[in-house]
Amino acid sequence: MSVGAPRALASSGQKPITEILHPLSAAEEPLSVTVGGDKEVGLTNGTPVETSSPASTSSLFNRLQLDDDLEADVRDPYADSTEMRDLFVTVDNPKKHISTMETYITYRVSTKTSRVEFDLPEYCVRRRYQDFDWLRIKLEDSQPTHLIPPLPEKFVMKGVVDRFSEEFVETRMKALDKFLKRVADHPVLSFNPHLNAFLTAKDLNKRQGLALLSKVGESVKHVAGGYKLRARPAEFCAMGEYLDTFNQKLGTIDRIAQRILKEQSEYLTELREYGGVYSSWVGSEEELRRPLEGVAGCVTTSCGALEDLGDNMSLDFLPVLREYVLYLESIKNVLRKRDQSQAEYEGRLEAAILRKQEDRTPMPLEVEKCQDKVECFNADLKADWERWQSNKRHDFKQLLTGMADRNINSYEKSQAAWESLITLLQDKQTEDKTSETN
Amino acid sequence: MQETYTVYLIETRPAETVPGGGVPAAPDTLWRRYSEFELLRTFLLVTYPYIIIPPLPEKRAEFQWHKLAADNLDPDFVERRRVGLENFLLRVASHPVLSNDKIYFLFLTEEKGWREAVLETGFQDKVDSRLKSLSAMFRVKNPDKRFTAMKQYSDELNTVISQLLRVRARVADRLYGVYKVHGNYGRVFSEWSAIEKEMGDGLQSAGHHMDTYAAQIDDILEEEEHYADQLKEYLFYTDAVRSVCKKHELIQYELEMAAQELISKKQQREELATGTVRVFSLKGITSKLFGTESQEQRESRLAALEQSIQEGEETLKEKNTECKEFVQMAWEDIERFKEQKDKDLREALISYAIMQISTCKKGIQVWSNAKDCFNKM
Repeated sequence: MSVGAPRALASSGQKPITEILHPLSAAEEPLSVTVGGDKEVGLTNGTPVETSSPASTSSLFNRLQLDDDLEADVRDPYADSTEMRDLFVTVDNPKKHISTMETYITYRVSTKTSRVEFDLPEYCVRRRYQDFDWLRIKLEDSQPTHLIPPLPEKFVMKGVVDRFSEEFVETRMKALDKFLKRVADHPVLSFNPHLNAFLTAKDLNKRQGLALLSKVGESVKHVAGGYKLRARPAEFCAMGEYLDTFNQKLGTIDRIAQRILKEQSEYLTELREYGGVYSSWVGSEEELRRPLEGVAGCVTTSCGALEDLGDNMSLDFLPVLREYVLYLESIKNVLRKRDQSQAEYEGRLEAAILRKQEDRTPMPLEVEKCQDKVECFNADLKADWERWQSNKRHDFKQLLTGMADRNINSYEKSQAAWESLITLLQDKQTEDKTSETN
Repeated sequence: MQETYTVYLIETRPAETVPGGGVPAAPDTLWRRYSEFELLRTFLLVTYPYIIIPPLPEKRAEFQWHKLAADNLDPDFVERRRVGLENFLLRVASHPVLSNDKIYFLFLTEEKGWREAVLETGFQDKVDSRLKSLSAMFRVKNPDKRFTAMKQYSDELNTVISQLLRVRARVADRLYGVYKVHGNYGRVFSEWSAIEKEMGDGLQSAGHHMDTYAAQIDDILEEEEHYADQLKEYLFYTDAVRSVCKKHELIQYELEMAAQELISKKQQREELATGTVRVFSLKGITSKLFGTESQEQRESRLAALEQSIQEGEETLKEKNTECKEFVQMAWEDIERFKEQKDKDLREALISYAIMQISTCKKGIQVWSNAKDCFNKM
């Protein structure tokens, strides 16, 4: 895809993007300037907001880092080569905040856009999980006919998982990044005013919320209960069945992956002891010292490779699977809402028909509105479903090739170690032979 | 009552070509069962106590990881045992001393009359003596340091190889689990592919590769059994080394005893001759208590003692020679063994490394194939 610089806003004149002042960025950033990659996972305490001038090194550096993120987006699988993307979001740079009341993590949410809905071309805010949760709820409420991407799990068992460990934070951050990218990628959701607020507001005023709910949203929210759906249209039945079966399969894959991790971990324990025995044997030998040490070394290398494999699978593979299970849940909810809205329409229609037969009143407006609602809902859902299927295919392709790559990598490391041992031993052999003949 | 047992076919070809361009002799073939091999080995142990006799493969399967059969009639076990028995015969055939043994030759050539021939050698008398040497607890005053060191080394080697085999069996067990669980991916991918449109084919084929991966472990572990067998051979070898060292200890001990006895007898003679009692003897005490003996009695006792001393000196000389010869031959064989062990184990470790490389390559192959399928999803 072409990473065109976002079109300069008319109001800001012809200045290139990097020179446009970005007051919010400088004010917002509780930065400790770091050297190195944009995705640094250092957990330092958040420092109080620096009132550095917009043109200071820190904000300039920040913008440069954003450009790096832009580079990363080039490889982003969600980038559609035919689409002209005009909204880019990234979640990174986790920081721990310790206050008297609580300890929590915030993430930097960076936005680059040329859309008119945004006042500025760039934004940089810090958000915590609660804020993402707020956004998702708002999106669900205001766009009930659309599929909202899932968030990573909200609750973690305090004794079991360390909420502040590097791995947990990294995993969660990646999931939040994916969530936001999926929303930003969506032709309808990305224009949602709550998303706008989330990306731009200095302080996310979650209590009031914005009074910009769409009419459709409002009316769907107030669907009266008590309507029973007679028949779900075939294509939505198929959707429902697919979701159920897919859910099942994902569950199975999750269990298999966990089982493999367990078996590998037990294998690793034994393998370490095995290597240790070779090491202890070295002491009794002279001629065999080198080969034995070599074997012990190769076993150790294999152990390391295996450990990395296990860690990677825990951090990258399992969370994505679980995310999809959550996704399926939320899609099923949308299906149900669709059913409800259809049920309401049919119910009202029936009632209206009966009344019409009695006293010849025209079709009430509400019934027509209901019909509209249902048709919109169906259309939105179908469109989203297609998108979702396509993204799902891509995600799983990536997930599974990643798994294959990691396994290949693990074997390659091991193979290299054993091969160099053979070279070493065979060299020694020829060395000995020549010294014997001399 | 019926007994089931396995017999092995032994085929021997002479190494030398037939002189004069005549027809080469047909190879000798005969059948032997495991217990006959045991008999041969016992004979060799007893007849050549200064030689480290090659071991036989285990009678019953030990150090097995659970999937491998521990059943003596299982074809894989029988095959591995066959290899072990062949190895035993080859070791004996290539040994500078053992290869010339007549009983060994008859073992290879004389099917029927062999058992009698062995029994006729009267080797069984020596079996008891050997057992005595192995189990006896005696202290040698001046142990030969080389033999002590060798015995210690062989004990260490025994311990470490036992440990290695035990842990290896557990490792094999675990690795089996890892591979086999991947087979479950095969099934679930296949089921999943049924509900997919574009992803279906890729998933399905990838599933097949997962099945292939799961199946790889069977061959991998079977190959590794050969490595385990090589280690086992040397584990059992340590027993043979130990028994040579023990035999040496016994001979050394007997030599020391003989020397001791001679000294004691000479002292007695001295006392008798000079009349002084330095060494306690019942005769001495009784003569003190009940009066001295007559000159005649004394002289006859002296003569008997002289005789005894003569015999003692002969014995000592024999023991000395026996010990020297034993030490020389045993140490020569120990040196030979050490070289053989270093070479064999080094090769075993190299071939183990090669096996690991092959395992890695197979794994990479399958995962690469699966990856291609995923890419086509």
